[in-house]
Amino acid sequence: MELKQYSLFFLYQETYALTKRLFIQLKRRPSTLLAGILQPIIWLFLFGALFSKAPEGFLPGVDSYGNFLGAGLIVFTAFSGALNSGLPLMFDREFGFLNRLLVAPLTSRLSIVLSSFIYITILSFVQSIVIMIVSYILGYGWPNLYGLGIVFTTLILLVLFVTSISLCLAFVLPGHIELIALIFVINLPLLFASTALAPISFMPNWLGWLASLNPLTFAIEPIRTAYTQTMDLELVALHAPYGDLTCKSCISILFSLTVFSLIIIRPLLNRKLS
Amino acid sequence: MNYIKVKDLSKSYLDVKALKNLSVEIEAGILFGILGPNGAGKSTLIKILATLIEPDNGEVFINNINLIKNSRKIRELIGYVAQDIALDKILTGRELLDFQSDLYHINKNKKIERIKKLVDQLEMNDWIDRKCGTYSGGMKRRIDLAAGLLHLPQVLILDEPTVGLDIESRNIIWQLLKDLRNDGMTIILSSHYLDEIDKLADRLVIIDDGRVIAQGTPSQLKNKLGGDRITLKVKEFSNQKEAEKICHILSSIDGISQIIINEAQGFSINFVADKEKDLLAKLKVELAFSKFEIFSLTQSQPSLDDVYLQATGKTLLDAEISMAGKRDLKKESKQSMR
Repeated sequence: MELKQYSLFFLYQETYALTKRLFIQLKRRPSTLLAGILQPIIWLFLFGALFSKAPEGFLPGVDSYGNFLGAGLIVFTAFSGALNSGLPLMFDREFGFLNRLLVAPLTSRLSIVLSSFIYITILSFVQSIVIMIVSYILGYGWPNLYGLGIVFTTLILLVLFVTSISLCLAFVLPGHIELIALIFVINLPLLFASTALAPISFMPNWLGWLASLNPLTFAIEPIRTAYTQTMDLELVALHAPYGDLTCKSCISILFSLTVFSLIIIRPLLNRKLS
Repeated sequence: MNYIKVKDLSKSYLDVKALKNLSVEIEAGILFGILGPNGAGKSTLIKILATLIEPDNGEVFINNINLIKNSRKIRELIGYVAQDIALDKILTGRELLDFQSDLYHINKNKKIERIKKLVDQLEMNDWIDRKCGTYSGGMKRRIDLAAGLLHLPQVLILDEPTVGLDIESRNIIWQLLKDLRNDGMTIILSSHYLDEIDKLADRLVIIDDGRVIAQGTPSQLKNKLGGDRITLKVKEFSNQKEAEKICHILSSIDGISQIIINEAQGFSINFVADKEKDLLAKLKVELAFSKFEIFSLTQSQPSLDDVYLQATGKTLLDAEISMAGKRDLKKESKQSMR
């Protein structure tokens, strides 16, 4: 029992140290944080302005395009941050710093992965809150307390899902150039093939199918519903070509994807960190 | 009793065999040197001992603990200082040591005490609170060494720790290693610097092409060569046929032994001359009789390089040069990435 307590404390100690290191890096090089906040805010202004003269009722269930866009940008910010989470690990691999961690008697080497999850989750929350505040100032609304719970639950699931894939890529790909290239290739197409910028009803059939299978959509729609003030998990959030999905269904699918990705990457992480 | 036992270790990287059934035994509390040219297999052996890579075959025991089966337990016993210094250049030296202490689960009070002691010992007070990215090579090496010593390991494993260092940093590290050995720590030091191993090591192993070619204390190995080492040249650049003729002449002289042709040094001839006999005059006569003149003749006390030369027919420097062209360091670096 005492041994177990020690192990838990040691796990906390090493996870804390690893997470602290990432935050020191962020504090001394805040450009990632700033870019992650500025980019969606610029999008919010520009896209909001672009569609500001759209006729009333142009988009179902929302007053303005900015109101519609907010949820997409929150998810996109969290998604981009999580997708980049493998980069610090890749640099540690390339520069040999990972060896410093691997020769240490860590209680569990999953602390290396756990610290990345904690770091990206906190970072995404900070960025999302800033975007939500700016959206509110621009008059695009604010979710109620229940809605906030949905927003952050959805973000945690999305961050876990994408971070696990990114960490996996950081071990599988040969170097940071390949990882950055892959991030470039999948980042924007995934955004455009989701309901972040337009509802499925605006899309051609094939794109509608893509968007309704895109994990980003399963995160965007519950958050968008959370902004409607009549938050109900049983509300239909997504009118997909294969049928309607409620908020609860979207979150359940996201949860299943997250669990599935964690199960899939576990053997790889065990092998690479053994 | 031997504290570290390495038995029949083999390791390959794709088509390159880095270690070939290598066996070594190391006693507790000594400074053990691993000497060999670049590409001999030193770093592979060191990385296996540091639990960074697994061997294809063979066993390693440290303090009777199986390294492959209980690698986490082994990590508590060892400190590792890698050949390539990997520091987080955003962190200060003190933050790095603090970070490292947490990875080794050192409690807060002990951590502060250990960091202070090591900062004093390695003379890092003036720059420990600067970011690692601003450090010189010597500073980086010292902070790296301090990180490896924070948890007071029983075994300290160092892979070429003084490569490219200034004399001041090298002397500080040498002194620290001597002090640690005197305090009872077992130290494994790999190097391709002969003087480093000669001055520091209590015992050593010489590795070439993944195999052990000699082991013992430095004086044992040198004494095995017998008398003084002589290098003879009859021309500035000779040839194989000529060198073989001279070897034949030398082998007929009583008191001359261990004759080697050093191809890389213009087919010079190396041999050991018995100290008790005055062989120089006889040598001149014999060579003159066969119409050879002495171009140069140097005499020296046997060194570890002579031990290597005796075993392989080439000097360490020549081995380094010949290996330099064959190695693809970029490829090796990619292969060693986890």
